[in-house]
Amino acid sequence: MKNSRFFRSTVGIGLMAGALIALPFVAALGGQAWVRILDFAILYVFLALGLNIVVGLAGLLDLGYIAFYAVGAYTWALLASPHFGLHWPIWAILPIGAGLACFAGVLLGSPTLKLRGDYLAIVTLGFGEIVRIFLNNLNAPINVTNGPQGITLIDPVSFGAFKFSGVTQILGVSVSGPQKYYFLLIALAMLVIVINLRLQNSRIGRAWQAIREDEVAAKAIGINTRNLKLLAFAMGASFGGIAGGIFSAMQGFVSPESFSLIESIMILAMVVLGGMGHIPGVILGAVLLTVLPEVLRYGVGPLQMALFGKMLVDPESLRMLVFGLALVLVMRFKPAGLWPSPERQRELAEAKQ
Amino acid sequence: MSAVLLEAKTVAKHFGGVKALRDVSLSIRHGEIYGLIGPNGAGKTTFFNCMTGLYVPDGGGFVFDGAPLMADAPDQAAARGIARTFQNIRLFGNMTALENVMVGRHVRTKAGVLGAMFQNAATKTEEAAIRQRAIDLLHYVRIEERADDLARNLSYGDQRRLEIARALATDPKLLCLDEPAAGMNATETEQLRDLIDGIRRDGTTILLIEHDVKLVMGLCDRVAVLDYGALVIEDAPAVVQKDQRVIEAYLGA
Repeated sequence: MKNSRFFRSTVGIGLMAGALIALPFVAALGGQAWVRILDFAILYVFLALGLNIVVGLAGLLDLGYIAFYAVGAYTWALLASPHFGLHWPIWAILPIGAGLACFAGVLLGSPTLKLRGDYLAIVTLGFGEIVRIFLNNLNAPINVTNGPQGITLIDPVSFGAFKFSGVTQILGVSVSGPQKYYFLLIALAMLVIVINLRLQNSRIGRAWQAIREDEVAAKAIGINTRNLKLLAFAMGASFGGIAGGIFSAMQGFVSPESFSLIESIMILAMVVLGGMGHIPGVILGAVLLTVLPEVLRYGVGPLQMALFGKMLVDPESLRMLVFGLALVLVMRFKPAGLWPSPERQRELAEAKQ
Repeated sequence: MSAVLLEAKTVAKHFGGVKALRDVSLSIRHGEIYGLIGPNGAGKTTFFNCMTGLYVPDGGGFVFDGAPLMADAPDQAAARGIARTFQNIRLFGNMTALENVMVGRHVRTKAGVLGAMFQNAATKTEEAAIRQRAIDLLHYVRIEERADDLARNLSYGDQRRLEIARALATDPKLLCLDEPAAGMNATETEQLRDLIDGIRRDGTTILLIEHDVKLVMGLCDRVAVLDYGALVIEDAPAVVQKDQRVIEAYLGA
């Protein structure tokens, strides 16, 4: 009995691993663009799980999360590009990026400790915008960020001679740049999933959930809410910083445009839509919200041509319209998210009776 | 039954023009059940909140277990050994009963983020100990069969018990109960009485705010009466019951 369960779960994991390995090669059949979309889906899984620590576990509504992503991205861009003529290795830049983002997290966290809900959201939103505007304007008097033009020719991720850009032959299979990044991102995502799971069922994770549920009661049983909130901000921000670094290297180009408010909102939407605080839900939310708009982008135009023989609505605007409608519908009919935690599900079911 | 565990020294607190506490001084001894009663709005809960660090007193202070209590530091108060429950139950509703009690162990344990990430031996041992202690406490308050239910789905009486279990998880020297019998029927009150008595016998000093006069008089070793934020009397229940000022405070002069 136990053996068969073990066998089944081993087979399950094996199948999933097989599917994950095959996925970028299947996607490549539709063109490398689809592999890049996959890459971004996983990058957003990573980001959303980082934000899940702040929003899902500790219950702190953070609308400026993209700022930490920006800090990580610019750290990589400045330390590994011709802009300053620096080309530092990954093992130096990634920790520095995570560290700076962590610092930014504490910087944002400390003045907002007494704020909750809407008020916290407004301050964090402002913080996100401040960082973006800084990046936009730090080209004078000393050119640090190259302003709105952004930074180009950023080094790709590389370990020694192994570069993640361009095509390499591995065991006779030619693997493209996006496909290599896919595997790097999968590894990072696995790591952040494990960290999330372990934190959730730890002393620290429980204290975060207690703060989310009732801050006064949490204080009264001896939880130092100040330190733990700062810790949540710092941890979430560090993950944002790491994701930003990889983003920068993958794109080879960063500009302040990539870090607008809508990005923060998208990541938050992934967490909420998927199921706040529930890790599989957050993963689902991130993948859906990255892949769905792209599917609409490629699907809506040809579909109109086939149905009406001409373009009635611009695919770009229709895409956002359908997307918005989908969000509204999900929140109307699945208020706890598409895949909420079992406890939340039970609770909603009981509320309906 | 001699040494003083908690001493309040001329504690004052006002909200705007309302004087919620007027220089209240009282002392709670090791091992006793100390009752704090008074009409609605007399300042009982305000006193609790000052003591547990949720409010900063405007005057006076507390000495607990030989050293002054820091104002405005509830987590410090809990670390020093003061645990409380709330008049309007404040549980962590979307966490299970067991998790609620496990959170209570926070202040007596120390695993950090790195421990959680790497799951080293010390963290695992501590986690197992936290879980075991929480299960034991659920047994102690007799709601062990509800361990995996969300706290919000527990019955009212069970929620009260769970809150007490969570407070006990912090290993308190002084357990403060804010109207634990409010809204309970006669049977539930009787069971609660046994529970409180048991906790005291197991060595924890108890401060009890309560409206149920019968419960207070039957259970407490000493009783203090507050009225309009001022201490009226502090004495044995039998004496307090007969005091003219107390009767006036309750019935209106």
